[in-house]
Amino acid sequence: MPTISEEILGRASGKPAKAGDFVIADIDYAMAHDGTSVLAVKAFREMGAKKVWNPSRIIIAFDHIVPANNETAAKLQQNIRQWVKEQGISNFFDIGEGICHQVFPEHGFALPGKLIIGADSHSCTYGAFGAFATGVGATDMAEIFATGKLWLRVPQSMRITVEGTAGKGVSAKDLTLYIIKNVGADGANYRAIEYYGTAISDLSISERMTLCNMSIEMGAKTGIVPADEKTAGYLKGKAAEKYTPVYADNDAEYSEEYGFDAGDLEPQVAKPHEVDNVSPVTEVAGTPLDQVFIGSCTNGRYEDLEVVARILKGQKVRTRTIVLPASRSVLIKATEAGIIATLLKAGVIIAPPGCGPCLGAHMGVICEGETCLSTSNRNFKGRMGTGGLIYLSSPETAAASALEGKITDPREIITQRK
Amino acid sequence: MNTGLNKISGRVWKFGDNVDTDVIIPGKYLRTTDMSVFAAHVMEGIDPQFSQKVKKGDIIVAGENFGCGSSREQAPLALKHAGVACVVARSFARIFFRNAINVGLPIIEAKIECEEGDIIEIDLEKGLVSNKNNNYQGMKLPGFLLEILTDGGLVEHRKKKALQ
Repeated sequence: MPTISEEILGRASGKPAKAGDFVIADIDYAMAHDGTSVLAVKAFREMGAKKVWNPSRIIIAFDHIVPANNETAAKLQQNIRQWVKEQGISNFFDIGEGICHQVFPEHGFALPGKLIIGADSHSCTYGAFGAFATGVGATDMAEIFATGKLWLRVPQSMRITVEGTAGKGVSAKDLTLYIIKNVGADGANYRAIEYYGTAISDLSISERMTLCNMSIEMGAKTGIVPADEKTAGYLKGKAAEKYTPVYADNDAEYSEEYGFDAGDLEPQVAKPHEVDNVSPVTEVAGTPLDQVFIGSCTNGRYEDLEVVARILKGQKVRTRTIVLPASRSVLIKATEAGIIATLLKAGVIIAPPGCGPCLGAHMGVICEGETCLSTSNRNFKGRMGTGGLIYLSSPETAAASALEGKITDPREIITQRK
Repeated sequence: MNTGLNKISGRVWKFGDNVDTDVIIPGKYLRTTDMSVFAAHVMEGIDPQFSQKVKKGDIIVAGENFGCGSSREQAPLALKHAGVACVVARSFARIFFRNAINVGLPIIEAKIECEEGDIIEIDLEKGLVSNKNNNYQGMKLPGFLLEILTDGGLVEHRKKKALQ
């Protein structure tokens, strides 16, 4: 009768786990980036720890401010590079390799049935592979670095089922925003979400990552798509170790259940300043834009760039448009497929793989009175720059809007092309 | 047992629902280990003057889902180093909740009624919040989390354990 979370946390803590229990769990993989590793390593040292529990189970990726934008960032990054070397951590991905949540699965660490903790709130992305993956802060990460263990409260689980087929111009991001609108920004607080239904199994791995990535925007501890043949296909030749997929029992208990029909969906847009402030694109169409940002751990993958290139091919953008491929391998693949050339010819700015403008720390920052349409995951007040307004959408909507210089229903562009 | 956590008393600053980590401490201030930088920009996204107005020992009272968003530990650190003695919220986002305990910022989940400027009292050990008119039973923290808070955070807690 366990849920996927109860099953994984039971295995990781060595005894049956039930929602509400506190467990001390053995962590399979731990991840931190240039932002969180700084305070994590500081806490690790202050705790008096000398060696990490297992260097081969720690993954460090530099993605938040890459390349360093000033001396302070450069110094902090230098400290971490040195620490990584001291500790013998070979899974270190320096600037340019990509966003942690993209690099981590590309190297086969996001595995079904594993317990993965990342010092980043979007670590729930790895739930796309059937893992229990969640985010923590720096001091928790220091504790894991030192001991390989962490206390966790076994979450109650929420079951979300999506059936039906989405229409043209509607993608996984629209489904994700629509779910968030209905569940609410704290509707899944402390819960683990399990996603089911034909519309979920129809999603590609890349689309499942988009969906699971934003589970945190409903407060969820993790969001899990049970592993299937697509998962196995992605992991073939890539998996860092053996894995055993975990599934929920038929009589598993869920605290809430939601059902949606993908066939009902229109393209969706999240309006400032909350991620659950979502409406169909038709309601905000015409909103003038100063910037379009396409990228992030939500929507910076090859499939996303491909769809953007298809819309922008042979056209010119009317708004400054920044595209960040999620990783080096995404950039290479997009370059070889001619996608990058198409985007450059359309007037797009290509920036190096990383988090870029999403968190407003450097490059692509917007100012007071400016509006940005972004394919990322958060539109919080001031996130991309004080006084700026952020709308969130799919890559399809972002590309169509870049062409028009205002928020645009991508179905209009797609129809015109026929 | 007198841990200091059973008698926190201070002046209230009120905030609403879904106070996210970006408004608590914007991303552009994160790249430092200098705590005074975090404190100087605390709550800047909602009230740019807050860091000047808040006094040591003040208490934040907020609505649902306090601290939602990023895993940045700089958010509870900013509040702690700005002098905030405790955050009372109707609910907390889970990463913020862990981070607050880990950095030694007292927090309590409680549904209380009060006005800005009120003086309220908190007994974390009993999970109680009181103002001049009412007592509110909030969520009592499990013993092991109370221990971490009593020691001033997870780092201090580990150090103490290592000495024992």
